[in-house]
Amino acid sequence: MAELSYREAVARGIAQEMKRDELVVFLGEDVAAAGGVFKATEGLLDQFGPTRVRDTPISEQAILGAAMGAAMTGLRPIAEIMFSDFIAVCFDYIANEFPKSRYMTNGQVKCPLVVRTGNGGAARFGAQHSQSVENWAMMIPGLKVVAPSTPSDVIGLLAASVRDPDPVIFFEHKSLYATKGEVPDGEIVDRLGTARIIRPGKDATIIALALMVHRAREAAERLADEHGIDCEVIDVRSLVPLDMQTILKSVAKTGRLYTVEENPRLCGWGAEITSIVADEAFYDLDGPIVRITTPHIPLPAADNLEDLALPSADRIVAKIKTTLN
Amino acid sequence: MLQENERSEGLLTNDDIGLKTRLKLYRLQVEIRQAEQRAYDLFLQNLVKGTSHLSLGQEAIAAGVATAMEPGDLSFCTYRGHAHTLARGVPVEQVLGELMQRDNGLMRGKGGSMHLTSVDHGVMGSYAIIGAHLPIACGAAWRAQYTGSKDVSVCFFGDGTTNIGAFHEALNFAVIWKLPVLFMCENNLYMEYTPIEVVTAVEHPAADRAAAYGLESIIVDGNDADEVYRTVLKALDKARAGGGPSLIEAKTYRHSGHSRADPAKYRPEGELDKWLERDPIKIYRTRLLEFGVNEDTIKSIEDETASKIETATELCKASPPPPEDILTTDVYADGGWAWRN
Repeated sequence: MAELSYREAVARGIAQEMKRDELVVFLGEDVAAAGGVFKATEGLLDQFGPTRVRDTPISEQAILGAAMGAAMTGLRPIAEIMFSDFIAVCFDYIANEFPKSRYMTNGQVKCPLVVRTGNGGAARFGAQHSQSVENWAMMIPGLKVVAPSTPSDVIGLLAASVRDPDPVIFFEHKSLYATKGEVPDGEIVDRLGTARIIRPGKDATIIALALMVHRAREAAERLADEHGIDCEVIDVRSLVPLDMQTILKSVAKTGRLYTVEENPRLCGWGAEITSIVADEAFYDLDGPIVRITTPHIPLPAADNLEDLALPSADRIVAKIKTTLN
Repeated sequence: MLQENERSEGLLTNDDIGLKTRLKLYRLQVEIRQAEQRAYDLFLQNLVKGTSHLSLGQEAIAAGVATAMEPGDLSFCTYRGHAHTLARGVPVEQVLGELMQRDNGLMRGKGGSMHLTSVDHGVMGSYAIIGAHLPIACGAAWRAQYTGSKDVSVCFFGDGTTNIGAFHEALNFAVIWKLPVLFMCENNLYMEYTPIEVVTAVEHPAADRAAAYGLESIIVDGNDADEVYRTVLKALDKARAGGGPSLIEAKTYRHSGHSRADPAKYRPEGELDKWLERDPIKIYRTRLLEFGVNEDTIKSIEDETASKIETATELCKASPPPPEDILTTDVYADGGWAWRN
């Protein structure tokens, strides 16, 4: 066991996979010589050399297109899109190319690649460098969508993504890069499509992703300590494949479901899960499903305004306290 | 690479191309012409559904490039990709079957006219989002460079593509990484319904942009299969030798409209007639006769192709539509579409 930061975990995860398989290559803007703008890929160039760890121009279409061409002809590329907001300028690959190539060629074309990207807010970057856009990827058939909340999950889920035969969009949370956690020694390989109960409870189920997992956990501790409300917190970890069984089982036990989503309100990932639970577990529910999200606004830069916008532990506590009974 | 004996097989001693290759070039052009005409006829009979974009008039480019390519080289095509797919040796019944959305189609009707793909023939896809496949071809070329494979990725696109961002990103990317890729622009003078010169800052949409990326400006007569073949052979040799990418602009003309919905009424009077005189197949037929190939040999190529197209059409008509159970196959690598447990 060693304590590692979330950003160090990214580099360790990539290194683990590059060491294992020389078909794994890595490309992106400032990822090699500069070690990444978030310093999440430091040391990889020295370790694996410039043919496997490559700096690119600011050409997001070229980055994702090149990753796809390499993947469909036998490499296992990892591509970085620095900020997830930039997915908008190369969305063709995410929406039209990666996910549809296998289907429309009747299984001839394979696209095993990983797009790592810095997602999420709380860094005061304003409306075009702070969004949580995992729902942009979740809505597209053919993609897998992963968002780790801890350093250990970064390594394990990244390894699972690199080894996965389908295109995976891997959302790292920018505001988690500095956070630390215990990481086991040796190779770590996790499984996509497995949610994790990080705090068992009996009164309500809270589901969350990435940064929101930590806020949900803090809220749950306070609800227990201050109000005697015992919440079960689930880290969803992977939106596609989606581990609905863990969520449905938890709702069957607690009778209440809260989603904590960093995305703006409309069509957030929690809406889909809410709809499934309403459909399949209606009679397990003792009250309405409640979504706690960022309001349907662009994110502001000012810290006090951004804090107001993103779901906070305070807001989660208040919402659950007032709606539970 | 051409064998020396093929190069010297020409009837004239100064023929650098050789008889065998010339006959192949002619056969490919004829097959593409007849297959496209058949696709159009089948559309009129409502047997080809959806949309289709024909390469009538542009056959010399598909034939010339494919003939210059090695078996392991890769083709990346556009939605106007029937010609390039056929030129790599994909059976015509599989192409027509896909256009007719039958179970015998190349992708069993799951892709349609705009997405013809045959990985076994090195046809790595036909892409219907303008420009998308230029970066993808770069990626395939990067793999060749990384693994030391000698194959070259060839990416076809139209004049309209030169005004989209991915074209410029891909050219810059291919040059800085020195990738074994050939960007093959077919300038048929129209961006869909609009004359290309109306919407382009330079006269030659691809070739005039080459200098911006440190590339040689290359323009060829796209209606002359020999010229296409020679020019492409040189570019492929350069890429294979580690010399990096090339950009070729082939001037040509689309005999029909942009797609099946387009009667091409925007063309000035007489323009089509002028280009029909420069029909690539007519040009090549005359040249074969000049080279001493006899009329019977030429005729037999045409007749054999016609009967091949006929057989293919009947096969496709007899093929059932795709079975319903493939609706949800191959969304994910496990063969299915499950996104949850």
